[in-house]
Amino acid sequence: MSTIDYSEKIPNNVNLSEDRTLQRALEHWQPNYLQWWRDMGPDGSNGFDVYLRTAINVTPEGWANFDYVKMPDYRWGIFLSQKDENRKVNFGEHKGESAWQDVPGEHRANLRRMIVTQGDTEPASVEQQRHLGLTAPSNYDLRNLFQINVEEGRHLWAMVYLLHKHFGRDGREEAEALLQRNSGDQDNPRILEAFNEETPDWLAFYMFTYFTDRDGKFQLNALSESGFDPLSRTCRFMLTEEAHHMFVGESGISRVLARTAAIMKQHGIEDPEEVRRHGVIDLPTVQRYLNFHFSVTIDLFGADQSSNAATFYSSGLKGRYEETKRDDDHLLKGGQYKILDIANGQLVEREVPMLNALNEVLRDDYIRDSVAGVARWNRVLEKAGVAFRLVTPHKAFNRHIGTFAGQKVSPDGRVLSEAEWAANVRNWLPSEEDRAYVHSLMGRVVEPGKMANWIAPPPIGINRQAVDFEYVRFN
Amino acid sequence: MNAPEQIVLLRQHLIDPEVCIRCNTCEETCPIDAITHDSRNYVVDPAICNGCNACISPCPTGSIDHWRTLPKTAAYSLEEQFSWDELPVQQEVPDDSMVETAAESAVENVPVEGMQVNAALSPSSTIAPWSAAHPYINLYLNKNPVTATVAGNYRLTAAETESDIHHIVLDFGNQFFPILEGQSIGIIPPGVDENGRPHYIRMYSVASPRNGEREGYNNLSLTVKRVVSDHEGRPVNGIGSNYLCDLQKGGTVQVTGPFGASYLMPNHAGSNILMICTGTGSAPMRAMTEHRRRMFARGEPLPGKLMLFFGSRTPEELPYFGPLLKLPPAFIDMRLAFSRQPDQPRAYVQDKLREAGPAIIELLKGDSYVYICGLKGMEAGVMEALRETCDAAGMDWPALHAQMVRDGRFHVETY
Repeated sequence: MSTIDYSEKIPNNVNLSEDRTLQRALEHWQPNYLQWWRDMGPDGSNGFDVYLRTAINVTPEGWANFDYVKMPDYRWGIFLSQKDENRKVNFGEHKGESAWQDVPGEHRANLRRMIVTQGDTEPASVEQQRHLGLTAPSNYDLRNLFQINVEEGRHLWAMVYLLHKHFGRDGREEAEALLQRNSGDQDNPRILEAFNEETPDWLAFYMFTYFTDRDGKFQLNALSESGFDPLSRTCRFMLTEEAHHMFVGESGISRVLARTAAIMKQHGIEDPEEVRRHGVIDLPTVQRYLNFHFSVTIDLFGADQSSNAATFYSSGLKGRYEETKRDDDHLLKGGQYKILDIANGQLVEREVPMLNALNEVLRDDYIRDSVAGVARWNRVLEKAGVAFRLVTPHKAFNRHIGTFAGQKVSPDGRVLSEAEWAANVRNWLPSEEDRAYVHSLMGRVVEPGKMANWIAPPPIGINRQAVDFEYVRFN
Repeated sequence: MNAPEQIVLLRQHLIDPEVCIRCNTCEETCPIDAITHDSRNYVVDPAICNGCNACISPCPTGSIDHWRTLPKTAAYSLEEQFSWDELPVQQEVPDDSMVETAAESAVENVPVEGMQVNAALSPSSTIAPWSAAHPYINLYLNKNPVTATVAGNYRLTAAETESDIHHIVLDFGNQFFPILEGQSIGIIPPGVDENGRPHYIRMYSVASPRNGEREGYNNLSLTVKRVVSDHEGRPVNGIGSNYLCDLQKGGTVQVTGPFGASYLMPNHAGSNILMICTGTGSAPMRAMTEHRRRMFARGEPLPGKLMLFFGSRTPEELPYFGPLLKLPPAFIDMRLAFSRQPDQPRAYVQDKLREAGPAIIELLKGDSYVYICGLKGMEAGVMEALRETCDAAGMDWPALHAQMVRDGRFHVETY
C-alpha cells in the first residue's frame, strides 16, 4: 500500500524525498502556489473550519478521510494511483509495448502542451468560483464549493508535478505560468475560452460542475489511457475526486428543479413570471442556462476534424474514452466516422477518417453521458407532476469552435439566418434579465440545515452526516 | 419456546438510482468486480458482493450506502436493479436500527463474518491490538442460538430521569460462551414482526469482563437503553430494547455470538487505554475497566494508565455513575462531561478532552490504545479535539492517527 507521509512538506506517494532536485523545485513552487491561493482562492474564507475530505492514501479506505480543515492548511499533495507493473501502451502505433515511465523524446512538445492545457483549467475554475462563497444557498453547499476548490487546487499540483518531474526547465517555466495566467484577465487569460467566463451565480455553478466538470471527466479518462504511465496514474486518481464535482452539479440542479416544481404544484401555476414571484427559478430559465453551459462546454473538445487529435492517438499519448473497454483494433487506420456539416443551408452528415475525428468521438461520448443525466433531472419533474421537460440543445447550437463557428443553428438543429437568430436568442440563451433575476435570488444562507428559498434540501448529507450538520464553521 | 421457522435473510447491497450520478467510481473501486452498469443504472451483483464496504467512502453521493434485508431467495436480480428509477421500499422491518440512542442495530442473519455492524465515520483499526486475547466468534448463529437465563435486571438511571437504562445479567450455566471485553452478542426477540417474519437479531456490546459479570461465574452483562422514540422524536418502541428491559429474573433469552474480532483490549499490563464514550457506549469501557480493576485489586503490577472520558446529559442519567466514583484516582483518570446540568455550561466529551491536553499528549506518546464508542454525532468533535490537542503540542495527529489505525490501536464504534 502506498501511504502518504503527511509529515513531509509536500504530502506525496511518489517517494519525493528520494529525488532531491525535484523536491527542491516543488518546494520552491509551493509558496507561490499558496500565495496564488490567498490572492485568487475562495474570497474571505481563510479562517473557516471546513469539513473536508483529504486523501490519506490512494486505496479505497484511505482516500476519503473527513475532518475539519482550514483551507490554506489543506494538505495539497501529489498522489498517483497505484502502479500496474505490467501495464502496456494500449492503442496507436506503439500498442503492445510496455507503458513509458519517461517522456518519449519525439512526443515531448505534444505531451507538455496537453498537460499544460489540462493543468490550466484547474486553477482557472477556482478563480471563476472565488466569489460564490458570499452567496451560498446553504452551509452544506458552501462546504461542497470549498471541497471542489481545494481539489481543483490539488489537480493543479498533479499537473505541476508532471511538468517538474518530466519536462526540466521548460516544465518549471510552464508551472510558474500556470499561476500567472488568470481567468478573465485581459492581458494574460486562461488558455481555454470556457475558463475565462465568469461563474456569476449558483445556478451557473451547478451547470458548470455538471457540464464542464464532466468535460474534465472525459478528458481525464482519455488521458488516463495514455501510454505515458505517470500521466495515466495521475489522471486516474484525479477522476475519483472529479466525481464529487459532478455530483454537486447534478444534485444541485435536481434540488433547484424539485423546489421550483413544488412551488408550481403548491400554487397551481405554470407561467414563468408567476413562478418568479414566488422567489424560485422558473424552468425556462433553467433550460436557457442549460443551453448555454452545454454549448460552451462541447466547444472544449476542439475542432471536429483535427490532425493533432490523430497524432495524439496514433502516438499513444491520448486514448478514447474507455479505450481499454472497447473491442476494436485500437489503431483505427481504416475507420470512418460521421460528422456534421452544413450544405445548402441544411445540416448534413459526412464521413471522414476516424483518426481525424477523434475530438468528435469524445464529444459524442460526452453528449451521451450528459443527456442521460438530463433525463434524471426530468424524472424529478415527472415525479412532482410537472409537465415541463428539459432537453439538451443540438450539438451545432451556439458553437464557437469547429465547423459551426460563426453559423447560427437553433436548439432543435435548424440552420438560421442572422435575423432569425437575433429574434429568438433571448428564448434560447440566458438574457441579461434572466441573469439579473437569478442574481437577485443569491443571498447568503449558512445556518446549518437552512436552505435558500430557491433550492430544496439535499436528500442526504456528506459522509453520512445529517443535512443540518455544521459543515463550515466560521469562527 | 415456539421458535418460528428460520428464513435465511440477506442484507442486500443496493445503489440508489435517484441519487447516483453514474461516475463509475464504485465499479472502479470494487476489488472483486461485484459492481456493473448499463446505460441506465449502476448495480451490485448479490452473488458476488461480500459486503467489504470498499466502495462506500469513495462514493461522492452517498447513493452507494443502501441495504435491504430480505429473504436470500428473493434477492433483487441484476435485471430488476437495471430497471429501477428508484429503490424499492424496505419490506419487513421498521427501521429502528437508526433510533438515536439505541445501542442496537439491525444486522443480517447471514453471513455474519466480515460484516460491519456499526460503521464508523473515521478510520478505525480493522485488526485487534497485538496482545489481545484470542477471541471466539460466531459460535452461535440464528440456526443454533444458545439459551441464557436472566440472572438480574435493574435500572441504572435515576427513576425521575427520562432515560431508562438497564443493567441486565445473563447467565449461560454450563454452556460454552467465552467472551472478551469489546465483543458483542446478538439477541433474538421472540415472536414475529408485522409481516409474520421472525425478528432480526439485535446486537449489544457486553459490559462485563471475560471472567464474568460476577467473577468466576459464566455470566455477562449488557447495558441497554429503552428506546421509546426514533431519531426524529416520534414515539417508537424499540423491539429489542423493550424486550430486554422488561425481562424478569429467571426468564430466558435466545442469544447468538460472540461477535467482533478487532475491538478488543490489549492484554499486556503496560498498555495505556484511552476510552471515550457517551451513554450506553460505555458498555465496552466498563468491561475493559472492570478487567483492569480486578487485576488492580489482586495487586498485580499494572504500569499502564487508564483514562476515561464519559459524557451524558446529567449525572443521574450516566450509567454506572455511583460505582465509577468509587474507583481510586491512582487506578483511573476519569473525566465526566454533562451537557444538561442546571446552572452549568454544557460540557461534552470533546471539551473535556481539550481540557486534559497535556495528559492526553503524555498518554499518546506512550504505548496507548484508543477506544471510542457512542453516538455518531460525537465522532467529529472527538476527532477534532484530538487533532487540536496534538497540534498544540506540535505532534502530527494525522500521521499518528494513521499509524495507530494500522497498528490496531485506534478503535471506533458509533451508531
